Amino acid sequence: MTDGIDDPEDVLGRYEGLVDDVEAFREACARPLPAVVRVNEIKATPDEVRAGFEEEGISYDTVDWHDGLLRLPDGDPGHSWAYVHGWVYGQEEVSAVPALVLDPEPGERVFDPCAAPGSKTTQLAALMNDTGLLVANDSNLGRLSALRSNAERCGVSNVVVTKSDARNFSLKPFSDDEEPFDRVLVDVPCSCEGTIRKNPDALADWTEDHVHGVAGVQKGILERAIEVTKPGGTVVYSTCTFAPEENEAVLDHALGNSACDLVEFDLPLESRPGVTQWQGESYDPAVERARRIYPHHNDTGGFFCAKLEVTA
Amino acid sequence: MSDDAADGGGGADDASAENQPHRFDRLPATAEERDVPERATREGVVEFWHDRYGVDPSVWDGYTFWEKGAGKVWAFAGDLPSPVEVEAMGMTFLRTGGEHWKPTTDAVQRFGRHATADDTVIDLSRERAARFLAGEDQELDWDGDWGYLIVRHEYGGRPEPVGVGLFVHGELRSQVPKGRRREL
Repeated sequence: MTDGIDDPEDVLGRYEGLVDDVEAFREACARPLPAVVRVNEIKATPDEVRAGFEEEGISYDTVDWHDGLLRLPDGDPGHSWAYVHGWVYGQEEVSAVPALVLDPEPGERVFDPCAAPGSKTTQLAALMNDTGLLVANDSNLGRLSALRSNAERCGVSNVVVTKSDARNFSLKPFSDDEEPFDRVLVDVPCSCEGTIRKNPDALADWTEDHVHGVAGVQKGILERAIEVTKPGGTVVYSTCTFAPEENEAVLDHALGNSACDLVEFDLPLESRPGVTQWQGESYDPAVERARRIYPHHNDTGGFFCAKLEVTA
Repeated sequence: MSDDAADGGGGADDASAENQPHRFDRLPATAEERDVPERATREGVVEFWHDRYGVDPSVWDGYTFWEKGAGKVWAFAGDLPSPVEVEAMGMTFLRTGGEHWKPTTDAVQRFGRHATADDTVIDLSRERAARFLAGEDQELDWDGDWGYLIVRHEYGGRPEPVGVGLFVHGELRSQVPKGRRREL
């Protein structure tokens, strides 16, 4: 049932107790996903991209929950005029969710602490109508190079790119009085089981030690993100893993240690609430307000997303 | 690293003592406010886009212009205290180091749609645009200006800029950076 998944530890098996239909979950994880592009609305409208694809003979399917996403049954759009013009960005459809949940507005101050290679950064810039301040940070120079190249192709002009460990991010360069951000998108590095349909090797190096190590990093990044957001501001926490250690446990830690609340939000996709129990641990009941997106419910990748309001 | 990338020092550039290659400095508004010799001014940048390509000055409302590396100008849709030490801000925009100022591919793809001049903006057929994108130079019967042109083609229902071409002696020379070239 999971043929084609390089998963010697049967990592997905550890989540069977969390899902409603184990067989459907297993089957969906083993099925590849089509290539998807997001329309870059800094440069073009969905109508213009569809017209361009039709001129080029590129077939596409629409995505019912979002007008700006197109599935490409024939694969990678990298060799198309739409790509050359920066009208589209290759992005798995479920990965378009957190920026929509963050919902930044034109002119705001927005922070993307784990930005590279830039799918969500470029999406945020478009949602901001390419105005305001969008600080895109990453700790790795090679990944920053990819981020810059993607932002340039998309015509993003409101971004400032920084290189630092997001846990120690400094506001100093961005204002004389270290003014905080309106919104922060905390899309942290994770163990990535949710991307198995795009990358069948995603679980090859999976270890429980890695899960616990990366969870510590995630807590540090989320804590700093909350600190640099103004009271009343919004922080979205997202991962592409099913592991509660990296999802609800990180939120539980933030609720106990940082000035924040978890808030309810609507998703245009079918989703499940966060889990409050995992392997003998109990989490703050508020973590149920987070949303788990499983591959078998919408035929997408897997995702986790939570919306936090920063308190005084 | 693309040819358009603005860092890396640029061995031929002889930066003035006051130009700091590791940081971004906002361009002065006018020549009177200039403290680094040879540095472009905001006024000069806006005039260049208006005079050469017919871009309305109001397009740049809300933008600030910055120099990092001698002659390398960046456009940023906002403002920050100057100078600032970050990896990048906004986009690479304009080269002011040589005798003729040269827009970058990023700038032309992003802002070229505001160009209204008919002697510096050229529309190519799909076939010629593909050759241009591949980096090929081509003979061209053009009675507009010599120098750096905005090269467009019709795509998705409108004229869309592809990049910068250098027109001289009846030839359109593709300035598409190597990393952005494609065979379509």
